[in-house]
Amino acid sequence: MTAPAGHAEREAVIRVRGLENRFGPHVVHQNLDLDVWRGEVLGIVGGSGTGKSVLLRSIVGLKRPSAGTIHVLGTDVVNGPEKERLAVERRWGVAFQDGALFSSLTVLENVMAPMREHLSLSTGLMQTLAGLKISLVGLPAASCGKLPSELSGGMRKRAALARALALDPEIVFLDEPTAGLDPIGAGAYDELIRELQRSLGLTVFMVTHDLDSLYAICDRIAVLSDKRVLVEGPIETMTAVKDPWVQEYFTGPRARAARAAG
Amino acid sequence: MSMPAITSDTTDGQTVFHLSGRLVTEALHLVEKPFAELTARPGAATVDLSGLEAFDTGGAAMIAQLRARLATGGVTLEISGASEDNARLLEKVTEATFKEPLVDTGPGGPGAWITGLGVAVAALVQSAGSLLSFLGLVLSRLARTLVNPWRLRGTALFAQMQQTGMNAVPIIALMGFLIGIVLAYQGAAQLHQFGAEVFVVDLIAVSVLRELGILLTAIIVAGRSGSAYAAAIGSMKVNEEVDAMRTLGLDPIEVLVLPRLIALMLMLPVLGLTANISALIGGALMSWAELGVSPGMFVTRFLENTSAWHLAVGMIKAPVFAFIIGIVSCWQAMQVGGSAESVGRRTTAAVVQSVFLVIVMDAVFSIFFAELGV
Repeated sequence: MTAPAGHAEREAVIRVRGLENRFGPHVVHQNLDLDVWRGEVLGIVGGSGTGKSVLLRSIVGLKRPSAGTIHVLGTDVVNGPEKERLAVERRWGVAFQDGALFSSLTVLENVMAPMREHLSLSTGLMQTLAGLKISLVGLPAASCGKLPSELSGGMRKRAALARALALDPEIVFLDEPTAGLDPIGAGAYDELIRELQRSLGLTVFMVTHDLDSLYAICDRIAVLSDKRVLVEGPIETMTAVKDPWVQEYFTGPRARAARAAG
Repeated sequence: MSMPAITSDTTDGQTVFHLSGRLVTEALHLVEKPFAELTARPGAATVDLSGLEAFDTGGAAMIAQLRARLATGGVTLEISGASEDNARLLEKVTEATFKEPLVDTGPGGPGAWITGLGVAVAALVQSAGSLLSFLGLVLSRLARTLVNPWRLRGTALFAQMQQTGMNAVPIIALMGFLIGIVLAYQGAAQLHQFGAEVFVVDLIAVSVLRELGILLTAIIVAGRSGSAYAAAIGSMKVNEEVDAMRTLGLDPIEVLVLPRLIALMLMLPVLGLTANISALIGGALMSWAELGVSPGMFVTRFLENTSAWHLAVGMIKAPVFAFIIGIVSCWQAMQVGGSAESVGRRTTAAVVQSVFLVIVMDAVFSIFFAELGV
């Protein structure tokens, strides 16, 4: 699924303009602009401390930016009325780096948690739907009754993705989805994201360091550097960028290996 | 934004279900009932998706569920009018749906009760064994530390003494003061009837020095420091810090448990004494105000009539209570596994169990001292 060619027909599901984030005197973002188009997989990369996670947290409303506007699905999520913000929050799902599953609930109950809050369905139907999400992310039926502490790291990430998909969101935010997974597990997870993105028509916003993921599943890449989005575009265009960090990142030995594989 | 709806009609003996509107997860509650009530005669039936405006995994799950339910009644459900995307989604969802039950209900009835009882007893025996082995481990490390005192972490010990001892003085003193007031006030009402006001001094001295001062101090310390120990060490356990210590050749018992345990055993008698003194001050003030027993008379009477044994009985108990609180809290902390939730559970258990054991121990001491006649 490539992004449609004509600029006019693309719909920006996330539109960030003039974003500024600061922690005390430390400025993380300044004048940051970013568009995420419907139906694409966007990878956010950048060195440590360039504010990749802060950007994600700003968009999903966990961090209030010091300045700038963020529109998600047409709603102003920074200054818009609370009712609209709550409504739009139901249309995205977030999978945190270490899962952030509720430790006192089983996997099935974790996936059911957002449904209980937002939908008025019978418990039986919620269990069916939650079971479906768990199956879609490739976990076995036996994992439904397990507590997060009984799962491996990779399974927790999958369970977190199942919870993010619970309300059939339009946008999924992934924070370092393949960090801490073995190469086979990471590859399988990439495949999973790609497949779900296609079959469910998702827009995926992922913060990642994994060059294999970038080559395998990202339609477009945005590089954060110098407090803003330095460049954005398909991965093929990255090697042509005249920036030392970008050059090193996309032409280093690891990148060459990933490119050969991807 | 039109509501999802389902209608059915039967032509030539074949049932056709017409779906329309937005059949999506957030609107499913509107069609859950109608879907459950759909029936068809055995044979073939069709569901027509051409009227759908939106469709997602939730909607697909409903159709998959309907198809599975009708199949048990001998009805094969055909899909018609689905767009390519919707058909693919439906296929994927059907394929992904678990066939096995997701929630293990377990056995019910008296069997379950007996199983539950057995499990509880086994868990109790197991945790008693685990507590005992932890006690042994700590005692052996304590013995090693006594032989080689330089192994003791001085900085940690003094930090813990500050935390559990010094910082607890205000609350302990206030608690003691109030207990003294309460005792004097309650005693005054009774003793006044007999004109035996001056005995209020004995009442306060004996009850505070022997029992209340140290017992209430131990309870407050269990709530204040026992919970802090369990939460602090428990969180370190969750973060794998305890495991990291082991790999670095540091003994968690020596680094984490001993400084806390020794600090508590040194400081609880001091805190108990603080509670005793402030309770006597509170009692003296109240006796003065309520019964007219002057502070001078209170002190004279106190010094004349109170055997030093009363104080000793209380103080002897203090290190024992401290040991119980320290051991139980640190043991509970070491039982923390994997999740943040278990830190909370273990912290609660640490406080409840140490308070309980302190009271049990207090009863044992009462019998012991009564037999000794002191």
